[in-house]
Amino acid sequence: MSGFPPPKPKENEQHSSITLRMNAPLYDSIGPKGWNPTLGMIMPKPAHLCSRNDTRSASYKYPSWRKLAMATAAMSLLGLSACSKGILDPQGPIAEANKTILIDSIAIMLAIVIPTMIATVGFAWWYRASNTRATYRPDFAHSGAVELVVWSIPILVILLLGGVAWIGSHDLDPAKPIESTEQPLDIQVVALDWKWLFIYPDGHVATVNELTVPVNVPLRMSLTSSSVMNVFFVPQLGTMIYAMSGMQSPLNLMASSEGTFHGLGAHYSGAGFSDMSFKVNAVSKEQFQAWLAKAQTAPERLDRAAYEELARQSSPVAPKTFTLADPGLFDAIVRHKIPPGPGPQPESASSTPSVSSSNGG
Amino acid sequence: MFGKLTWAAIPFDQPIPLVTSAIVGLIVGAVLLWVLVKGYLPYIWREWITSVDHKRIGVMYVLLASIMLLRGFADALMMRAQQAFAFNAPGYLPPEHYDQIFTAHGTIMIFFVAMPFVTGLMNFVVPLQLGVRDVAFPTINSVGFWLTATGALLINLSLFVGEFARTGWLAYPPLSEAAYSPGVGVDYYLWALQIAGVGTLTSGINLVTTILKVRTYGMTYLRMPVFCWTALASNLLIIAAFPILTATLVMLTLDRYLGFHFFTNDGGGNAMMFINLIWAWGHPEVYILILPAFGVFSEVVSTFSGKPLFGYRSMVAATMGICILSFMVWLHHFFTMGAGPDVNAVFGIATMIIAVPTGVKIYNWLFTMYGGRIRFETPMLWSVGFIITFIVGGMTGVLMAVPPADFVLHNSLFLIAHFHNVIIGGVVFGLFAGYTYWFPKAFGFKLDEELGKKAFWCWFIGYYVAFTPLYILGFLGMTRRMQHYDVAAWQPWLIIAGIGALIILAGIGFQVAQIVVSIRNREALRDVTGDPWDGRSLEWSIASPPPVFNFAFMPDVSGEEAYWTVKQTARSQGALIPRPPYQPIEMPRNTATGFVCAIFSSIMGFALIWQIWWMLGLGAFGAFATFVVFAWRDHDEYEIPAATVEALDAENRRARGIALEDYLKTNPIEERQSA
Amino acid sequence: MTAVTFSPSSADPHRLGHAHPQGYSDSAAGPAPKRVITGFGFWIFLLTDIVMFSAFFAAYAVLVGETDGGPTGAEIFELPRIALETALLLASSFTCGMAAIAADAGNKRWFYISMAVTAVLGLGFLGLELQEFSELIEHGAGPTRSAFLSAFFTLVGCHGLHVSVGILWLLTMMAQVFAKGFRANIMRRLLCFGLFWHTLDIVWVAVFTIVYLMGTVK
Repeated sequence: MSGFPPPKPKENEQHSSITLRMNAPLYDSIGPKGWNPTLGMIMPKPAHLCSRNDTRSASYKYPSWRKLAMATAAMSLLGLSACSKGILDPQGPIAEANKTILIDSIAIMLAIVIPTMIATVGFAWWYRASNTRATYRPDFAHSGAVELVVWSIPILVILLLGGVAWIGSHDLDPAKPIESTEQPLDIQVVALDWKWLFIYPDGHVATVNELTVPVNVPLRMSLTSSSVMNVFFVPQLGTMIYAMSGMQSPLNLMASSEGTFHGLGAHYSGAGFSDMSFKVNAVSKEQFQAWLAKAQTAPERLDRAAYEELARQSSPVAPKTFTLADPGLFDAIVRHKIPPGPGPQPESASSTPSVSSSNGG
Repeated sequence: MFGKLTWAAIPFDQPIPLVTSAIVGLIVGAVLLWVLVKGYLPYIWREWITSVDHKRIGVMYVLLASIMLLRGFADALMMRAQQAFAFNAPGYLPPEHYDQIFTAHGTIMIFFVAMPFVTGLMNFVVPLQLGVRDVAFPTINSVGFWLTATGALLINLSLFVGEFARTGWLAYPPLSEAAYSPGVGVDYYLWALQIAGVGTLTSGINLVTTILKVRTYGMTYLRMPVFCWTALASNLLIIAAFPILTATLVMLTLDRYLGFHFFTNDGGGNAMMFINLIWAWGHPEVYILILPAFGVFSEVVSTFSGKPLFGYRSMVAATMGICILSFMVWLHHFFTMGAGPDVNAVFGIATMIIAVPTGVKIYNWLFTMYGGRIRFETPMLWSVGFIITFIVGGMTGVLMAVPPADFVLHNSLFLIAHFHNVIIGGVVFGLFAGYTYWFPKAFGFKLDEELGKKAFWCWFIGYYVAFTPLYILGFLGMTRRMQHYDVAAWQPWLIIAGIGALIILAGIGFQVAQIVVSIRNREALRDVTGDPWDGRSLEWSIASPPPVFNFAFMPDVSGEEAYWTVKQTARSQGALIPRPPYQPIEMPRNTATGFVCAIFSSIMGFALIWQIWWMLGLGAFGAFATFVVFAWRDHDEYEIPAATVEALDAENRRARGIALEDYLKTNPIEERQSA
Repeated sequence: MTAVTFSPSSADPHRLGHAHPQGYSDSAAGPAPKRVITGFGFWIFLLTDIVMFSAFFAAYAVLVGETDGGPTGAEIFELPRIALETALLLASSFTCGMAAIAADAGNKRWFYISMAVTAVLGLGFLGLELQEFSELIEHGAGPTRSAFLSAFFTLVGCHGLHVSVGILWLLTMMAQVFAKGFRANIMRRLLCFGLFWHTLDIVWVAVFTIVYLMGTVK
């Protein structure tokens, strides 16, 4: 944990604390002992259970088949909301709105999808050749009335849904600022090979692979990439957007409740891509200030040389905090005043030995 | 001397590709040896490799697709296994290998399974349904097939010599640029696709010309079977979209080989242009695949319901509407690239509009079944399974066309589930329906019904078990292409998805068994009438398998459902149509041009990938020389004498006569007239 | 290119309802003659080629401003040379048309002369283009300098490549006529070659306008 007090435990935290250690793979907790399958169904588990944990492959053991079987059996009980922390468990206004539109659209479509599926099965069953009660109408191949209906139904649905899309696109435009009485917090995000760099230009700090934000404060984010494309995505905060070299993508998000959320790179970017998940700590304003104050005393400084070192390919990278030497760093990256990330080097371990030796450079 | 090629290109240190290559090599070697020892080589050379018969070429396309399906599915199994185990663990595939596998899986399944399968069916069926003797350009047809095979060869070669791309199946730059992918993987990708793409383009030109200019007498546009319409739409899309792919791949190639700056980070390049261009091809590509599948379902549902297709003209309008609309929606593949709300909304709504003609198609199939007498043989099972599955896929597709919903679903496993839903539930089911439906026409015997049904149920259930979890994982925020992950809640669903893949594997197993069993029992399964399903279009009016010239005389068509009309006339008059005056038939001669071209283009492709310039020159010269030699032929046709035509047609007429008598025995004319 | 032959419609024994055979619409008249099929198919091929060019044009339009500090079009295009190139290519289209007329008339001598002049004009065009390219590369304005120049070299070079292939084809056709005479299948190939050559002209007009004229006017 970085230098801020852990989020206040939610009321249901006590249940989970029976079995969970922060740094152990969650799989240990799905053992037969001490895990109450109904718990997951009834109560959402605290966020950190589903967030990443920092013990990487080193401490990993393959789960036993019995555990796998248990897990599979527990699936039906888990349901979607249990330990998902996905897009159906929004923790911010944008994610909330994304979810509403998602659910509404599904509902609108199900209104004709379900009858159509039933009709398919019904017609297929009733008009089976062996059913002597069904009337055979070998010449029924045209009907203006039926045609009118079958063209109208999809058109009507699309009219309705098109309205949802039009309004939703404008309301939820990633570039649109979030209305709030709070002053927005600027955060600059750089996708590196293969880690995320978060720059707080006003706080003069930068972090790697861990994002700490205050709740109920609009986050005014700008994204870019040092090398290849990536996508910044925190499922529980909603809308994702591409980070691209030489470009600056605006994104406005907000966390509305405290917790730790799972964030990830959502566009494949090379060998270390899978290690690009990160933790988002949404904390109270006071805790954020405390965290910031502590971060400003971090021993490492992010200057151009440190950035260029950071931009080299490496993974996995543990969370790290820097003080920021130059508030114009992000701008320099976007404008290619600092050259793009170098990609694989001949001695890089990330490419297949046989190939890199023959095709290096 | 050998460019970038060294012994280091052979993955001696990686057991999986090495062992796979050894096994594949052994199998290929054993098959070749068997062919040689049994003395089949002259037959295969004469009747298949050098054949310009559209039926033979169609069959070879399907065979190529089936073999590549096994390769692509093996990749799928490996991915499912990796993800099932890789929670906080490295799994058994290192990223370099896993990344090649998902790239190869996508590339192979689209370019070397779905495309050749679709092209194969169209090649086989379209001329038969149009009542003609071959496609417009038979030799070019053969060349197109062999170029596709060349692409497949190169992609398989990458398993053993060098590596394949680690970029994802669309090779987005800058990742696919030389700076970030210095190996030969992307080069394999580029040249395999480029060569196969030329093959696809020629086959598209060929089929469009065939459908627009080579139809039998009386076969007006609005009398063509719907499969021909969908084939027309699909091939129009090919000729409009594939050149864009060619140009895009050329640009990326120039970037990689000569240091150009189309999509690079430096020099003013614009990677987003690649994304636009590739999807300007890529979205029509989806409809290139699905439209012919829609055509198959139209044929199958109508035949097995014993009814004409409901709303034929609506179907045609819907098909052509989809054909045009498919070019106006490409941006929905990257709503999250920040195009702005107006652009996003316009493309989102344009995408939804495609759901209208698609929905109409679903309802028309529904009303074709309505009032029918449905026989649930395997092709019909695939069709009903398709309708149910495809509705869900369509719904999730429209859902992702709503930009704010896509903002949280883009690139997620929900997307993966969606397009597998429409590709498996739509394209693959359609191809299997068509394969089962036209198999007796191609080979003269039906496929085993029992095993076919088992295969269907395994695929159908396996699909749901494998991909419903992926829909859920999308809701849980899991993105695609992860070699490992650190969210515990994802793992159980990934394990279930893996089980689903195993169920599909069982389905494939049943299909392999079906082929073997059907070949063994071919006498019992023999289609003696040439009309095993009580069909309605012209391909069922000729023998199974058809003679090389297809039609002993060119039929003159007077309405929709050409053969149904003829059949009903014969049934009501109690007699076959009178014997026509037979005439000699000119048919194109076989040629090795396609095969030789494939050899030289393989050499060229390999030389370009490894930058062996002398070899490139050799290949280019060889290819040109082949064309000149071909162009110098004095006799490109041969004549089949009228007596032979008559003798072959007599066989067909005899079989039809027996079938008619059988029909009249159970349905006497008087009884039907009074009814 | 081979196309299939079809027997006439009188062979149909069905005689289904066509009381007035003259009432056939075009689309019911049965397979088109070989010449039409070949020409039509080649037209479609040319359309695909034009689609490919339009992708290169689109790339050029997107990247035309991306000079990355390098030269702009106005700084490097030399209109007199381009005008000469255009004149050569347009003249070659005329001589190519003469060759087609000569072939139709079965006049071998005029066919060879026209084709040879076409080839010479085409080579002259190519020579000028190569001269332009080599001068640009010499002055540090090669395709690797900037995205604009990449797009320029690719678009113009792709057209040049087509002209080169066209000249190769032209020579092959002369050899074919020499060896085989004006046979039906050779005449069909000459038809396709003519279409190809004229299409290159059309594409060049677009290149000339969009790349050179609009590039210099700025």
